[in-house]
Amino acid sequence: MGIFGIWIAAFLTLCIYSFLYRDNPFYRFAEHLFLGMSVGYGIVLNIHSGFIPLAWDPIYTAITEEGKQSGLVKLIPIALGLLFFARLSPRHTWLIRYPIAILIGFNSGLFIPSALQASIFEQTRGTVEPFANLGTLGPWGIFEAALMVIGVICTLTYFFFSVEHRGTVGWLSKIGIAFLMIGFGSAFGNTVMGRVALLIQRVNFLINDWLGTIF
Amino acid sequence: MFEKLMRIDRRIIFIFVGLAVIVPTLFPSNLPINVPEPTRQLYDYIDALPTGATIIIAFDYGPSSFAEPQPMAEAVMKHCFDKKVRVIGINLFAETTTLADKLMQKVAKEKGAVDGEDYVFLGYRPGALQVIIGMGTEIASIFDSDYAGNPLAEIPMMENITNYEQISLLLDLAASSTVEAWITYANTKYGLQIGAGVTGVIVSQMYPYLQTGQLVGLMPGFLGAAGYEKLIETSAEGTAGINTESFVHLLIVGLVVLGNIAFFIQQRREE
Repeated sequence: MGIFGIWIAAFLTLCIYSFLYRDNPFYRFAEHLFLGMSVGYGIVLNIHSGFIPLAWDPIYTAITEEGKQSGLVKLIPIALGLLFFARLSPRHTWLIRYPIAILIGFNSGLFIPSALQASIFEQTRGTVEPFANLGTLGPWGIFEAALMVIGVICTLTYFFFSVEHRGTVGWLSKIGIAFLMIGFGSAFGNTVMGRVALLIQRVNFLINDWLGTIF
Repeated sequence: MFEKLMRIDRRIIFIFVGLAVIVPTLFPSNLPINVPEPTRQLYDYIDALPTGATIIIAFDYGPSSFAEPQPMAEAVMKHCFDKKVRVIGINLFAETTTLADKLMQKVAKEKGAVDGEDYVFLGYRPGALQVIIGMGTEIASIFDSDYAGNPLAEIPMMENITNYEQISLLLDLAASSTVEAWITYANTKYGLQIGAGVTGVIVSQMYPYLQTGQLVGLMPGFLGAAGYEKLIETSAEGTAGINTESFVHLLIVGLVVLGNIAFFIQQRREE
């Protein structure tokens, strides 16, 4: 990054951090600039990395070069995609149902079996598998395996609303809440860690890169 | 005193946090770093790859979250280039494209890696799901050229690479739910081995996948980056970051304890 770029980045960083004092025009300027730049950059990159290589080039080649007419098949998904713009005409809005139906069907068909395998079956296997190797586990390993099963059962009980949470079910769900709280605490701690990392990177940039151009 | 503490202006806390970052940045310290076990697992996996093996690094973060994944990417690429493991770079988010391209070029220059032979950056294609699934069938059907515009067929290191079958590992450097997407589609459907380097914000949701073996290893935030840097015997942004972060953590723990004490004392007085 040249000196000019470093100064712009430093100015915008300070504009954003000025919000910590209170809302102000510098902060709003930097925020709007960031949004505008992100959208503009995204559109240009999507045209260059998506529309041109995946749609325009194959069709152009199919029209201009002999023996490459198979590229014309891309006209089908392109036409379906263009139906999204039917939303702009009240008389033709109903046409949007077709691309949406195809997208939902495609995504559901792909997602449901894969997600069941990755998030349900594999996780269940991971929870009970340690008990299959109980003989090879030390006391700490057995404790970990048991704790995990207790945690899963109690947390699931908390989310089981078909039975009133009283008596044994009530106790199990209370233990489930404790496990959930530990989970939330861990997530909060990690979130703090992540946010502080962003601050460290910016301060590092301001001190070493920006002030480095002055002193 | 405790009443005052409960009503403290949040801007005073911001100043303390700012000082806890600025002072260690100006006067760096060398705190001991314990390598997390999941990071060691990822290192061991890559270290055991034979010369000429290929991995994919997915740069799935944005400019607003690159503080943690970027040092991880740097450390892993250095390790790969030293081991003569080839690297393919891609990204599922448009905003990362230039960041990732520049980073690959910077590390490659440092390690003497050659574009097209030791590494290639394919860049971005829209539609994350289609990219993940499409590459499993044929990488060239999604990326017909690299980011610089060179046709894939003319890139030497891509000569014998058709799909995930020739890929030893996919390392997802992520700031959102892309790791789950890679596991759900690439690992479950194609059996591709997945590793992850994630920001602190999402690290908790990664551990279940680690425990089941759906992730071969994990780099959690700055700690993961610093751990990997220690394993490859270098000290860079990850190490500097975790050293500074330790001071902020001490401050935050102190503030949480102090806030709780003040809260309970105030509650008792009200009773």
